[in-house]
Amino acid sequence: MLINNGLVYLIALPLAGAAILLLAGRRSDKWGHILATLLSAASFSVGLLQLSQMLARPTGQRAVEQKLFEWISVGTFKVDAGLMLDQLSICFVLLITGVGTLIHIYSISYMSHDHDRRRFFAYLNLFIAAMLLLVLGNSYLNLYVGWEGVGLASYLLIGFWNQKPAYATASKKAFIMNRVGDMGLSFAIMIAFASLGTFSFAGIKEAAPHASTASLTAIGIMLLVAATGKSAQFPLQAWLGDAMAGPTPVSALIHAATMVTAGVYLITRSNFIFDAAPTAQLLVIIVGAITLLFGAVIGTAKDDIKKALAASTMSQIGYMILGAGLGPVGYAFAIMHLLTHGFFKAGMFLGAGSVMHGMDDEVNMRKYGNLRKFMPITFVTFGLGYLAILGVPPFAGFYSKDKIIETAFNAGGIRGLLIGSAALLGAGLTAFYMTRVMILTFTGAPRWDEKAHPHESPILMWLPMAILAIGSVSSGFLLSRGNALVNWLAPLFAEHAEKAEVLKPVVVTSLALLMVVIGVVIAFMKYSRGEVSSVAPEDVSALTKIVRRDLLQDDFNEAVFMRTGQGITNTLVKTDELVIDGLVRGVGSAALGSAGALRKSQTGFVRSYAAWILLGAVVLVAAIWLVTL
Amino acid sequence: MNAANYLYVSALLFTIGAVGVVVRRNAIVVFMCVELMLNAANLAFVTFSRINGNLDGQVVAFFTMVVAACEVVVGLAIIVTIYRSRRSASVDDASLLKR
Repeated sequence: MLINNGLVYLIALPLAGAAILLLAGRRSDKWGHILATLLSAASFSVGLLQLSQMLARPTGQRAVEQKLFEWISVGTFKVDAGLMLDQLSICFVLLITGVGTLIHIYSISYMSHDHDRRRFFAYLNLFIAAMLLLVLGNSYLNLYVGWEGVGLASYLLIGFWNQKPAYATASKKAFIMNRVGDMGLSFAIMIAFASLGTFSFAGIKEAAPHASTASLTAIGIMLLVAATGKSAQFPLQAWLGDAMAGPTPVSALIHAATMVTAGVYLITRSNFIFDAAPTAQLLVIIVGAITLLFGAVIGTAKDDIKKALAASTMSQIGYMILGAGLGPVGYAFAIMHLLTHGFFKAGMFLGAGSVMHGMDDEVNMRKYGNLRKFMPITFVTFGLGYLAILGVPPFAGFYSKDKIIETAFNAGGIRGLLIGSAALLGAGLTAFYMTRVMILTFTGAPRWDEKAHPHESPILMWLPMAILAIGSVSSGFLLSRGNALVNWLAPLFAEHAEKAEVLKPVVVTSLALLMVVIGVVIAFMKYSRGEVSSVAPEDVSALTKIVRRDLLQDDFNEAVFMRTGQGITNTLVKTDELVIDGLVRGVGSAALGSAGALRKSQTGFVRSYAAWILLGAVVLVAAIWLVTL
Repeated sequence: MNAANYLYVSALLFTIGAVGVVVRRNAIVVFMCVELMLNAANLAFVTFSRINGNLDGQVVAFFTMVVAACEVVVGLAIIVTIYRSRRSASVDDASLLKR
């Protein structure tokens, strides 16, 4: 692999930004946000430079690497901290730094009234650096550092307004649920090292064909656990909705476009493991299919615009995980959907932020209505993102999502039919809940609170939205033109024979569009005709109530894990108090009690002492006498 | 005469002394009873020396007498001091250590 010593600048620039802003403190309040944005943009430029250099090289030599330093050196065991940039990483690098820079620009205006804006930008830069380390690491160990880094940045940013206890709790919830996933990643690394003897992607790729299926399956399942944690997939999905407590740019960058897609990256990067472990791969498909429906169903009942979008993110990442689970045919489509999703979902989140900005931080869509007149730019950019997520041709989602649905059907047999139908149903649900968001927010009669004075956001906010909207329109077409992305990524994945088509692409497209139309029509019938109540109606079916409670995900976690954990903890605390503390205290109180009893014999009368001594002597003599008798 | 008789006398003296220490209140009398017990022991030592036909018991008796002399000096000094400060030679009155 070629050596390129410029890779470190990708990470070093935003990391330096975070360090400067955090260390300089209040002194950098005036210029901190500009520095952070410039450094993020600089990192993006380095990424573009790397891309141009990569394009200039022939296919076989595109990947470059850089050794940073010798990290661990124990006897003959050595681990280097190293970076690697290949066709997959560059996609992520450009997405992270590109969308990241746009969101930096947006935040300058969005956070301008917050007196802690500098700290916010420091955390954003920290996140960019950690996420870049995640996608650039050349071994699982380096990836792990970035993986933990983005978890930390996510925690800090969700709890950015931690003066509100609910927000602080949300950040802790996200962190703890992520830890469960992180444990999976550390197990995967340990198993990989024990059975294959190395951490590096290249080394494991080489050793994987000779390893036993059992160990590969174990690694694959543990990697899947890691992916479910970070990417909010079933069964570790419950934190994402609460993560919306963070400022909206954070939701756009971390909880829509980049960090939550790290699980997809992990599975795609580990393709050599999943290709050789069919059981793990099947589990990936199942997790993806369940989550894409789970998220979509939750999305249908959310009145909080950010939580509706969060449920949508969960669902869309379900599509990506499903795509990645389909093996070599699906990896490229998963990445394509990831990139297009990065554009349209980040754009829609920024749109939601723009709406909240104008509506006095109101998030309840039932208190919106008719905003299209007052926020035309937000309406158009949000609308383009909406068309993209629905998969209306020729918008971005059409190219990526249809490909995943098509590949799912082509998996063949009953399995293909099941996951294909799930993906189709998901498309219909997506159309329904996104249309609902559009109708409630931008059309109908105004249902605002008195304090709301809707107005269009300043240029620093709508410019990033406009750029992302352009991406939502064009990225799908550009990435799939002449199979550009598929061919670009092909050298990384195992060769695969074209599978027989179960359904013709035209049929799949028509079916998907039909589902979308059905979803849109139902949403229009339900929300566009007649008044929408500004308070969520209470007399709804039990099913709706369950969906409003996020399909009881929190109730389940609380009943099964939290209460059990509390029970175990309480038992241990009681055991500690009664048994261990009891022993210690028992020794003390026994000494005290016996001393209290014996103290009474100390009368102070010399004669009684003498009598006791005499008695003792007599007993002693009697004893000696009896023994010797 | 049978040597055991001396031992009986010794035991009797010791018992008188021990009972005197326990039952009498006057410090001087208690002191004299202690002396009685010491000398009962001395008598036993000397008797055993005679029975065994060596001088070990005699030597110990001399030791005891020296120790008893020292003890009398210190003990009487303490009793006189207590009497001076408390105007009483009763051992029960000097029971301040229990608190």
